[in-house]
Amino acid sequence: MDILPILSTLRRHKITALLVILEIALTCAIVCNAVFLISQRIDRIHMPSGIAEHELLHIELANIGAKADEKARTAADMAAIRQIPGVTAVAAVEQVPFGNSSNNSGIKIDPKQNKSTLNATNYFGENVAETLGVQLVAGRFLQSDEYVDLEDAIKAFAAGESNSKALPHSVVITQAMAERLWPGQQALGKQLYMGSELPLTVVGLMKTLVRPSIWDDSAAQYSMVIPIRVNSGQYVIRTAPQDRDRVLKTALEKLKLINPNRVVLKKRTWDEVREKFFQNDRAMTGLLVGVCIALLVVTALGIVGLGSFWVAQRRRQIGVRRALGATRRHILHYFQTENFLLATIGIAIGMVLAYGINLFLMTHYELPRLPAIYFPVGAVLLWLIGQAAVLGPAMRAAAVPPVVATRSV
Amino acid sequence: MFGYYLDLALRSLKRNKVLTALMVLAIAVGIGASMTTLTVMHLLSGDPLPGRSGSLFYPQVDSNPTPGNYKEPLDKLDYPTAMDILNAHLADRQTVVVDSPVKLRAPDTQLPPLIPSMLSTTSDFFAMFDVPFRYGGAWHAEDDDKHARVAVISSDLNAKLFNGANSVGRTLRLRDTDVRIVGVLAPWRPAPQFYTVAGGRFAAGKTADFYSKTQDVFTPFTSGLEINDGNFYQYTCWHPAPTPGHLQNAPCAWLGVWVQLNNPTKVAAFKRFLDGYAAQQHALGRVVRPQNTRLRSLMEWLDFNGVVPSDVRLQTWLAFAFLAICLFNTIGLLLAKFLRRSGEIGVRRALGASRGAIFAQCLVEAGIVGLLGGLGGLLLTLAGLWVVRSQPVAFADLAHLDGSMFLLTFALAIATSLVAGLLPAARASRVAPGLQLKTL
Repeated sequence: MDILPILSTLRRHKITALLVILEIALTCAIVCNAVFLISQRIDRIHMPSGIAEHELLHIELANIGAKADEKARTAADMAAIRQIPGVTAVAAVEQVPFGNSSNNSGIKIDPKQNKSTLNATNYFGENVAETLGVQLVAGRFLQSDEYVDLEDAIKAFAAGESNSKALPHSVVITQAMAERLWPGQQALGKQLYMGSELPLTVVGLMKTLVRPSIWDDSAAQYSMVIPIRVNSGQYVIRTAPQDRDRVLKTALEKLKLINPNRVVLKKRTWDEVREKFFQNDRAMTGLLVGVCIALLVVTALGIVGLGSFWVAQRRRQIGVRRALGATRRHILHYFQTENFLLATIGIAIGMVLAYGINLFLMTHYELPRLPAIYFPVGAVLLWLIGQAAVLGPAMRAAAVPPVVATRSV
Repeated sequence: MFGYYLDLALRSLKRNKVLTALMVLAIAVGIGASMTTLTVMHLLSGDPLPGRSGSLFYPQVDSNPTPGNYKEPLDKLDYPTAMDILNAHLADRQTVVVDSPVKLRAPDTQLPPLIPSMLSTTSDFFAMFDVPFRYGGAWHAEDDDKHARVAVISSDLNAKLFNGANSVGRTLRLRDTDVRIVGVLAPWRPAPQFYTVAGGRFAAGKTADFYSKTQDVFTPFTSGLEINDGNFYQYTCWHPAPTPGHLQNAPCAWLGVWVQLNNPTKVAAFKRFLDGYAAQQHALGRVVRPQNTRLRSLMEWLDFNGVVPSDVRLQTWLAFAFLAICLFNTIGLLLAKFLRRSGEIGVRRALGASRGAIFAQCLVEAGIVGLLGGLGGLLLTLAGLWVVRSQPVAFADLAHLDGSMFLLTFALAIATSLVAGLLPAARASRVAPGLQLKTL
């Protein structure tokens, strides 16, 4: 197909051509970035937790009443839950993965450091890692003689007795955290410091264990399990997936029986925990998908509208060409090639714009760089949309009979 | 003349219904998207206390004794610092706020216990922040000193417990303490819940929770600390608290202080007081960065915390890019429409119509498209806000269209279509009549 006649025609319709080009360019730039944002959100929604999510239940009771009774009450609650048929493990905890409320500490690898190397979350509770089903990759989990009571630990810590038996001395951390603290080195047996005061020896490495609340996705797996027993009215229960509903119902009945005055704050499976944690991301993904589709539809309709206008305007020209021997296929190809040319220019400008918008998002929204694969995929998509949109007007153009040429030249 | 143009425009729009519908749809969708996000932006970035916010300030002193080159003081104060600032009584009004979850029962009702959030504050809180009362009123300053067992409850809680009846004088049990209700608020929904805002700069834009509803129970600060002892949460601690939840003597920042300063002289004097206080505490060894004092106004504090969630800002950018594409689309379609009528325009020009007349006629047509697009856009905005209200975010219930936004919708729609119409109208008015007449 000869493109020179097309170019000379376009030169006579500079403004219209420019509008189509600009519309395609902007659509290309925005859709590329929006799709990238969507992929980021989807990655986030599928963030690994490192726990046996389909086997876990979470119950949180309001933490009320005298502190002195809490230890006995927790023991009674745990014993009651353990008796339920189908329960394989239960742990009293103070925070849970994706639970949104968290207790975090600055971690140093040298007590003389001025600022912490990283900030990690503290999982407390006897057997919490085992109950959650965390995978161990090296070392061991914590042993029962290593656990201390939270109240004793706080008192000893406030008194500054850093070697006290009431303080924890070991810790299990995630691989991601170990790699950040000691890149490329064996972390087992090394010491880390909570603040400057509390040294802990790493005795085990976990594959992954996500934090309760995530501000920075790159630090999502910075978690520690510390041998401290807690009595804060939160329980994690493990059972077979098909038993979850029954176990949750029975557990709540039993807990109510122990003390009818307590307020149940949370009762849920981990599928619900994850769903709630990522609900904003899901809503935003839906919105972005909607915007992308609407943008592509508006652009396609714009091409249809202008295509129809051009065809109507050039009816006589088309008639003359047909009369001079051009086939229907020639006319069809003419409009298709014209659209392809405009789309190509639009896409080229759009790519530059997409890159610019990505740079803006990188500085203002801490987004990574747009992967190169988006450029060819975006280009093909817009070419296809352009061709699909122009097909209707082009067919109408091809249907113009040669006899039009003989009327009022 | 305008009536004639209107008639011509309507005829022309009716002639090609598909093209007209496309243009109206493009404008409606663009307006709908941008007005939805703009309304949300407007609600979230607005002034929670118009007319008053200028005289409200949030004093900060860096009470963290850990050495280090920290540029900003902590977002909240520890107990001694907060009490020193409060007891200086240098401002026109001053208050301290801290919220905590509390177990609540209404002995007169059969309802199961609730765990609402309780705000412990002082009597000045209500006058300073212009809090509206439905029944009764705030407690008195003496009640703060006497650790009085009194409470003010929100309109929501009053509806839940007492079906909205006047509950002043009735008793609530907060944890194990009975308090007497002295006031019931009228519906009060400051957006954001500005008086507890802190830590926004560490939230990475996920600040939607700053827009949650107000607390349900308000008690005198002194009483609240006693009633709910052991259940207070710190903003941060530089050493572990000896007794978690009891923070009066803990090395923790957990209190927010607000002061009302009615004129610039008082603001300057108060800042001098803060600097002097920090210097004095530095000499005593309690403060290590005496230069880190701040006295931000309410709006500066909200700005510093970046209260508008980054998702909302991103959506606004996206919506306006969307509107831009719809604009290009409309320009293209209007151009097509006007130039298609070159013959007709040629005849009008030959019969004596001036370029300006053609230009005006085309703009009237564009304006009508804008008006129709505005109507469609309004419906889409209402639909969009309905979608926002069904989102799981703290500010969902705020998303309503107000009068000014309603008018802005039409203004934006007509402005968009007139801007879109400018270029096509200019082109149409430059159609050469002779050439057109020859081809008729």
